Amino acid sequence: MSYKAAIMVVLYILFAPLAGGLLEGADRKISARMQGRIGPPLLQPFYDVRKLMNKQVIAVSVLQTSMLLCYLVLMVFTGAIFFAGNDILMCLFVLSTASTFMYFAAVVTSSPYNTIASSRELIQIMTYEPAVLLAGIGFYLVAGTFSVAKIANSDIVMLTRMPGLFASFVLILLIKMRKSPFDVSTSHHAHQELVMGVKTEMGAQNLAIFTITEWYETSILMGIVGLFVVTSNPLSYVGAILLCAAVYFFLIIADNACARVKWTQMLQITWLFTLFASGVNLLILMLIK
Amino acid sequence: MGISVFLILFPLCCAPVMYFITNDRLRAYVTYCAAGIIAAATVALTVLWALNGAVPVLLYKETELADHAILIAELLLMVLVTYLCFKHRKYWISVLSIVPTLLIAKQELTAPSPMTLCHIYIDHFSILMCLIIGVVGSLIVVYAVGYMYGYHQHRKDVRDNRRYFFMLLFIFLGAMFGFVLSESLMWIDFFWEVTSVCSFLLIGYTREAEAIRNSFRALWMNLLGGVALAVGIVYFDSAVNCVSLHKLIEYAQTGVVPAVIGVALIALAALTKAAQLPFSTWLMGAMVAPTPSSALLHSATMVKAGIYILFRLAPAMGGTTTGNVVVFVGGFTFFMASIMAISQSDGKKVLAFSTISNLGLMTACAGVGSHETVWAGIFLMMFHAVSKSLLFQDVGATENATGSRDIEDMHGLLYRLPMLGFYMFIGIAAMFLAPFGMLISKWSALKAAVDRSNILLVLFITYGSATTSFYWTKWMGKIISRSHETGERMEEKITDNSEKFSMTVHAVLMIALCVFMPWLSNNFVDPLLVEMFGKFTNVLPGGILAMMVLIMCIVFLIPILAYMYAKNHRTNYKLNYMSGINTGNNNAFTDSFGEEKKLWLSNYYFDRLIRPDQMMIFSQLVATAVLAVMVSFLLGGALV
Repeated sequence: MSYKAAIMVVLYILFAPLAGGLLEGADRKISARMQGRIGPPLLQPFYDVRKLMNKQVIAVSVLQTSMLLCYLVLMVFTGAIFFAGNDILMCLFVLSTASTFMYFAAVVTSSPYNTIASSRELIQIMTYEPAVLLAGIGFYLVAGTFSVAKIANSDIVMLTRMPGLFASFVLILLIKMRKSPFDVSTSHHAHQELVMGVKTEMGAQNLAIFTITEWYETSILMGIVGLFVVTSNPLSYVGAILLCAAVYFFLIIADNACARVKWTQMLQITWLFTLFASGVNLLILMLIK
Repeated sequence: MGISVFLILFPLCCAPVMYFITNDRLRAYVTYCAAGIIAAATVALTVLWALNGAVPVLLYKETELADHAILIAELLLMVLVTYLCFKHRKYWISVLSIVPTLLIAKQELTAPSPMTLCHIYIDHFSILMCLIIGVVGSLIVVYAVGYMYGYHQHRKDVRDNRRYFFMLLFIFLGAMFGFVLSESLMWIDFFWEVTSVCSFLLIGYTREAEAIRNSFRALWMNLLGGVALAVGIVYFDSAVNCVSLHKLIEYAQTGVVPAVIGVALIALAALTKAAQLPFSTWLMGAMVAPTPSSALLHSATMVKAGIYILFRLAPAMGGTTTGNVVVFVGGFTFFMASIMAISQSDGKKVLAFSTISNLGLMTACAGVGSHETVWAGIFLMMFHAVSKSLLFQDVGATENATGSRDIEDMHGLLYRLPMLGFYMFIGIAAMFLAPFGMLISKWSALKAAVDRSNILLVLFITYGSATTSFYWTKWMGKIISRSHETGERMEEKITDNSEKFSMTVHAVLMIALCVFMPWLSNNFVDPLLVEMFGKFTNVLPGGILAMMVLIMCIVFLIPILAYMYAKNHRTNYKLNYMSGINTGNNNAFTDSFGEEKKLWLSNYYFDRLIRPDQMMIFSQLVATAVLAVMVSFLLGGALV
């Protein structure tokens, strides 16, 4: 690992949860304004986590904490692979392994609400996996390498070559970030029919670990969104931040404007959209290669 | 190097010995010894060959005696098959045995004696196959001793014919060694037929109506492959007067027409043996057999014979019509079988579909025919052999202990049968999760597919990976979920020590394979590819492997550390959340009549969306259509 990569990893480990938490705070605020409420302070997510950390530990299963810790560490590791500029496809594979541990953390309790939600979580993983992997392959086809560092240093704005893959990726971000219409396994809102879904049995420190891990994940996903515009030109980083903001704003609007769909619809819509948008995009990339 | 012949002949000699020992205990000890000798001989062969410089070794130019013996054995095999077909009134199947045997016999007796060739060929690939067969295969035989005892304890309706069972296992191993060591296509054809017939007899072991039906299905599908193989060999031999496997590949690479057609026919045969669509149903039917035979068919032998020959042909298939058809069939099988696996709750059926699915990926790798894909395919094969063998043994042992192999009944297995639960967890993790080798192979298969601009294969792999994770993960979830029954630890006495020994060795072997993967790649698989393709560029970036080792540590260390921490740390354990209708324990809730109702948690099987029977027929039609196109190209001469 080079000197620069090491710095990136340290920065990521320190600041990714901060960025993720701030995004969540902004998300809550903007959503509230859209619904005609004032909303919580921007830093509310951090206050929440601090409070959770100080609570008495209540759990229903011994194994849950270990599974959640695995989830956290693997997620941090995924981000480290990404921000160190390593192999993007491998990073995406590790990301799905991390998600698997999230599923374990939920299912291990044998709680009825949790079990249903975790099955749905699994369906979500299956739903977004193809789009995520295909996006990684798209980067490879355009830049000729899986290395994140080299992709970020190429002279091509990836978005111009892979709009279909980008569209699929944004669509699956709705699932990944637990936004309507695809928040079938859990959401932040009280109208969830499964109460808190996969988070039902997570309390105190466990819930804090879960929340922090989600923040790391948000940062990684936003990093991937940014990768679509980042080039060797330093100015492109501004573009990346703008794109991330735009994408996140789109997610918030979709969350507030859409009703939740059934998981079958989620699967069908996402898979078909991925097949056409990403598939055609890839085919064109392969033909012009 | 005479030890290679020993490897073929020793199991074949053990077979009748097994049959004549009537004392169970004595036979058990003889079996342990024989299995030990086979494993040791395999290792000895590897070491001797490595000391010899690890170069390809050609042996036995003059083998007239052996040739005659094989011809006679082949005719006997034909008589046996014909007799059994007539006995069970499946007359037409006998034709599939008679035609190729007579074809080969006629060729051997009347054709001008082919140019001298060596009959045994030992290179990296044969050594690798020998190691898989010798180590995994003999462990399965060891496992079988304990398993078959338990099997006949709880299956009183099945006639105890263990002598016959063990005889078949040893013949099978011998034939497999013969298959992977032979250079002569005539020999290959003979061993091919032996494995077909052996698997047929093993599947029909219980003699129940379903077993007999399934065994004949396996027989005709494999014999059909045998016909394609025999026609391919005879056609090539008549045209070029040569029956050497390596010459066949060499000629096909330079575009010699009979060789190209021979390769296509042999690839077709290999698809039947590797249980690819449309021939997948025989492997599903093989589930009725006792577990050791399933384990043997699915992991170390039989299906791997198909994969072996496909990899041998790989250099001649790259970029040809045959190759493209094989890639399509493989990729399609990978995807469809993984969807069908989602709808199954029978543990063995899930394993069977996953075998078919994984074999599909290996087949596709062979069909692409570049050294990157073959590299990936060979690792897939190694990891699959070990982890699938472990999983079959584990499911079998669980069935003997709990009386069920349904995944729904494995809820909380980790707490009831810790050892079996833990091994099952590891075995499944090895099939698809990050630190294990399967995933690295998938990564490199995906990369190679992109490099070859094969969009269909890319889509098959990405969507297939998603469905594959789904059915495995939900199974893993079942194992670790806190039990919704009493959750008491069961006695593990029912699992015999021989079974525990075999499973433990498998688990250790698998982790060792992952840890030593870089070493294996550099010192074994790379030279293998040099032999096969004449060149090699490193597939595996070193950084990735370092990452994998790190993840391995995370995945194994964190849960253990966290568990230790949680155990000593004061935690307040509460009941599950049930909207306030708890009854005081987690296994029940209060229903709307105010009565206590038992809680039962179940996985999703999508049984309204996925109808495996219909889906299988649809997939078979698609695959048949594609193969029909290939065959008509073949007949029309357009393949060249």
